[in-house]
Amino acid sequence: MTSLLIEQILNGLQLGVMLFLMAAGLTLVFGVMGLINLAHGSLFMVGAFAAAFVADQTGSYLLALIASACAAALAGVLVELLVIRRLYQRDHLDQVLATFALILIFSEGTRMVFGSFPLYLNIPEMLSGPISLPFGIEYSLFRLVLIAVGLTIALGLYLLITRTRIGIQIQAGESDREMISALGVNISFLYTLVFAVGAGLAGFAGALVGTLQSVEVGMGEPVLITAFVVIVVGGIGSIQGALVGAILIGLVQTLGTYLLPIWSIALFGSQDIGSILSSMIIYILMALVLLVRPKGLMGGAT
Amino acid sequence: MSERQLTFFVWAALLVFAIFANSIGEAYWVTLATRAAIFALAGVGLNLALGNGGMISFGHAAYFGIGGYVVGILATHAQNYMPIYDGWFIIEGTQLMLITWPLAVIIGGIAALVVGSLCLRTDGAYFIMITLAFGQMFYYFAISWGAYGGEDGMSIYVRGGFPGVNTLAPLPFFLLSFILLTVGLLVVRMLNKSPFGLALNAVRFSPARVETVGISSKQLKLIAFVISGMITALAGALFADLNRYVSPAMFSWTISGEIMIFVILGGVARLIGPVLGAIVFVALEETLGGLSEFWHIYLGLLLLIIVLFAKGGIAGVLIKNKGARNV
Repeated sequence: MTSLLIEQILNGLQLGVMLFLMAAGLTLVFGVMGLINLAHGSLFMVGAFAAAFVADQTGSYLLALIASACAAALAGVLVELLVIRRLYQRDHLDQVLATFALILIFSEGTRMVFGSFPLYLNIPEMLSGPISLPFGIEYSLFRLVLIAVGLTIALGLYLLITRTRIGIQIQAGESDREMISALGVNISFLYTLVFAVGAGLAGFAGALVGTLQSVEVGMGEPVLITAFVVIVVGGIGSIQGALVGAILIGLVQTLGTYLLPIWSIALFGSQDIGSILSSMIIYILMALVLLVRPKGLMGGAT
Repeated sequence: MSERQLTFFVWAALLVFAIFANSIGEAYWVTLATRAAIFALAGVGLNLALGNGGMISFGHAAYFGIGGYVVGILATHAQNYMPIYDGWFIIEGTQLMLITWPLAVIIGGIAALVVGSLCLRTDGAYFIMITLAFGQMFYYFAISWGAYGGEDGMSIYVRGGFPGVNTLAPLPFFLLSFILLTVGLLVVRMLNKSPFGLALNAVRFSPARVETVGISSKQLKLIAFVISGMITALAGALFADLNRYVSPAMFSWTISGEIMIFVILGGVARLIGPVLGAIVFVALEETLGGLSEFWHIYLGLLLLIIVLFAKGGIAGVLIKNKGARNV
């Protein structure tokens, strides 16, 4: 029981860091450019498909991962230059509609190229199989690596934003766009860069999640919507908020799916109520956060 | 063309098309017209929140789905003669549209009240994300609700009944849907001209000024949101009766997006906008969908062009005078 619980907590962490990779890009793009991007899930999907394609062609998982981030970043740059750039000055309705249109184009485009059947990415030999942890727990090595990779990226992103020149410019861009362009920073280059970084992270997450599940058209949007829940819970525009929100949502989702049916059987003799509740639990959490702190747990006074 | 003329023209064209199709025996075309009328009604609902209230709801599939599920659940119980509730009193299932449709509207309204009062604690981008997220919650709820079909949904063997109308024939069912669409349009028109509607439109431009004259902008928006959800729920109920089938797909986020497309394609905040948009959508679905399996890619391109270059939608292009209200 305890070891199962620990295993579920690790699964929750793993889901959390993957959600963070999605939410980080969304929240950066919103914070810096004030843009709400529904097509972020499409970039997730592009990364997964690029990885599946490269892994199939070369047999190398590492190359597949590199391809996922590069392909998604490239798609991100392309989309930013062609469409997104025209949306920064528009209202949120236009942004939502245009990026919804992009979802339709990306999804159907991918379906045209790769077909409707799911593709599969195999866990590389080196990372497959279980690993023994203290207290006699056996856990999937691959998932453990995902947690480590995700946390490393989170740390890297934090350092990038707080300790580097480009990061300072990004922060400045969040608080005053006109001022930093007046100070000679090439703002449109900065925007494209931020968008590309967010897209690359989403694509990378797509490849990793695609390895655990399958790679198919429409895989991005459920993750996108969960990432929105993360952002609402964590507070918009803040990387720390995204991390806290993502881990919280990951844990609540995983533990809820595991524990609620068990409790439901103990209380009512059937798991139906528990299953229904567990499918809704992260949204209930979001509703509670909205009641108590409408700006999110880490959201400032902005 | 003035807005009045366009409104009347589009409204009449849909009616004439269905009657004409029926007279030459093209039952399938009548069904298409019914589909357009029902989508239009869903859009009329969203337009009230989106166009008039300025609330960008990306979760209206929730009310569409609830409307459908109310009809589906009542029909399931009517079909297997098992009461819904059997305790101190008995609630039986029913297929009478005069009961199922109002119930769908009421339950849709209650859901919109709960979701709306949570979502209206925030605004802007938050509002969009939260409506989208709650929409997804209803989707997962429907999937995990094993008692009512779970992922498979529910089949309704026979379309519901309406006193004095043969609902099984295509034209009478179209007329019922068309009358409800007309009622929906009249209600929205009446609301727009009432003090409530004027204040609601004012909130979109300057909430602070509305507040200073002693009107609660949040309350106005919530009322508009609830009515909007009720209208969309009615459309969902009709849709269930049209297809004689409901499934979690009715709750899917793509439906929210499509309802939004009806409104945008036709013209935001125009009375006839959603009707025009729904007709064009169904026509595109039929023609492009027949040509290519991947017709959504063209829909996406069209939507992109409209958003980037033609903000007023089709109505904005057709109507000459610059009466378009910006959102």
